[in-house]
Amino acid sequence: MRQVYLDYSATTPVKKEVLDEMLPYFSEHFGNPSSLYSIAQNSKQALDLARERVAKLINANPNEVFFTAGGSEADNWALEGILDAHKDKGNHMITTKIEHHAILHTGEFLSKRGCEVTYLDVDSEGFINLEELESAITDKTVLISIIFANNEVGTVQPIKAISEIAKKHGVFLHVDAVQALGNVPIDVKELGVDLMSMSGHKIYGPKGVGALYIRKGVKISNLIHGGAQEMKKRAGTENLTGIVGFGKAADMARENLDEHIKSISQLRDYFIKEVQEKIPHTIVNGSMKHRHPGNANISFEYIEGESILMLLDMNGICVSTGSACSSKSLTPSHVLSAMGIPVERIHGTIRFSIGEFTTKEDLDYVIEKLVEIVGTLRALSPISAEKGWN
Amino acid sequence: MAMYNTKVMEHFTNPHNVGEIENADGIGTYGSPVCGDMMQISIKVEDDVIVDAKFKTFGCGSAIASSSMATEMIIGKTIDEALSMTNKQIVDELGGLPPVKIHCSVLADHAIKSAIYDYAEKNGKTYAGLEGFDPNAEEDDHHHDIEEEE
Repeated sequence: MRQVYLDYSATTPVKKEVLDEMLPYFSEHFGNPSSLYSIAQNSKQALDLARERVAKLINANPNEVFFTAGGSEADNWALEGILDAHKDKGNHMITTKIEHHAILHTGEFLSKRGCEVTYLDVDSEGFINLEELESAITDKTVLISIIFANNEVGTVQPIKAISEIAKKHGVFLHVDAVQALGNVPIDVKELGVDLMSMSGHKIYGPKGVGALYIRKGVKISNLIHGGAQEMKKRAGTENLTGIVGFGKAADMARENLDEHIKSISQLRDYFIKEVQEKIPHTIVNGSMKHRHPGNANISFEYIEGESILMLLDMNGICVSTGSACSSKSLTPSHVLSAMGIPVERIHGTIRFSIGEFTTKEDLDYVIEKLVEIVGTLRALSPISAEKGWN
Repeated sequence: MAMYNTKVMEHFTNPHNVGEIENADGIGTYGSPVCGDMMQISIKVEDDVIVDAKFKTFGCGSAIASSSMATEMIIGKTIDEALSMTNKQIVDELGGLPPVKIHCSVLADHAIKSAIYDYAEKNGKTYAGLEGFDPNAEEDDHHHDIEEEE
């Protein structure tokens, strides 16, 4: 059976070139980068090169990039580390209602420890309101944390405008760029961000590795305590193979960024156009103007997302859903809810995320199957355009 | 898909008794699209025996499979037998459902009772099995707090 993976926002396969660079660091160059003898120098050099490569992708200095065990650790560290280091100034942070759980749940954790967290609303396309952001800032506000490109609907926030507001009020800005990295041009200096979370496995690198960009001069407390690794900011023997892979993936992402954005967004636009032409009562969620190039988040009215997902799976097609009925969760997507999308429509929402190995033929196959599946499920549904939602 | 057994998948992918019975003797709807699942069951009754049942369902795989199985189980049964059926029997016949999906079988059970309730109302009949049953009662088992991550 044909296999079509359209869940690149969940994770990506490791590219062959990335894997090839990683392999020697398992058994051959296995030395601990902190050791002093010669064989460990290979490891140290590989670590330095990976740091340079990640830094170059976002126009940072290498000494501003700190490797972590992934995007979630970077998010946790940014929030906890900044609020702890600046508790003399205040205990307030501002974020949004459409963050990844790595931010939302860290916010909840901080609330229990006496911090105050403001969650900004978003409009129907998923954008925050800049005036609302500015008016939420108080003299106790230490940090603003905003998701760069949303993982569900792909909406890309105006980071530059947000950083100008943050600067004006002397507040740090953290950006969760896990989805944006390698999909949106990012220049941390130009954008004016203070901290930024990144992940390896969303850009064709391995899982279990990420990084936090910390602008030089920003004071932050450590999250992981122990040895002097990562310029004394993040303890623990480095995940060298993972870091090498992340570095190579970052290098490839940088070299190919313009072409990647162009080709993927073309495929995505084709997919959306075809789906909307061939399947009535479909609604695209999010902004078409400022959007992650691979994201197509579509609501199929009158049917439920998990059943769509399962029938697609039976045809070898991998997607994800915002439906409450999805495998482990029975609460509808908090992102789509925050955008004011009616719950009954959220239940019928599928996120298709297109990536570098997606072809037009793949998409034609998915569209053909989608037409069948949506038709089958609508025939089964007691709800229809004619009957309405009740 | 690994979360459902073969029997559930069979009933999901090739559901039995799909549709609406014309001039049905009883129609019941339960759930709502807001909750994520909604079932409509119509029945044909002759001499207090359910001779036909059909369903339409908005919902996940297990909701569709539960509806299919439930209609299958009540065809040929007397009203009293159908009313004594429990959601657990539906789950058992399906060979089990994941814990978070048990409410789908409850929904199917309620949709059947609602259809019989409608039949009873239209025909001025009373059944012991309908005592205390409210077809408009709110669902109460839809809120779980397990989250999915990526």
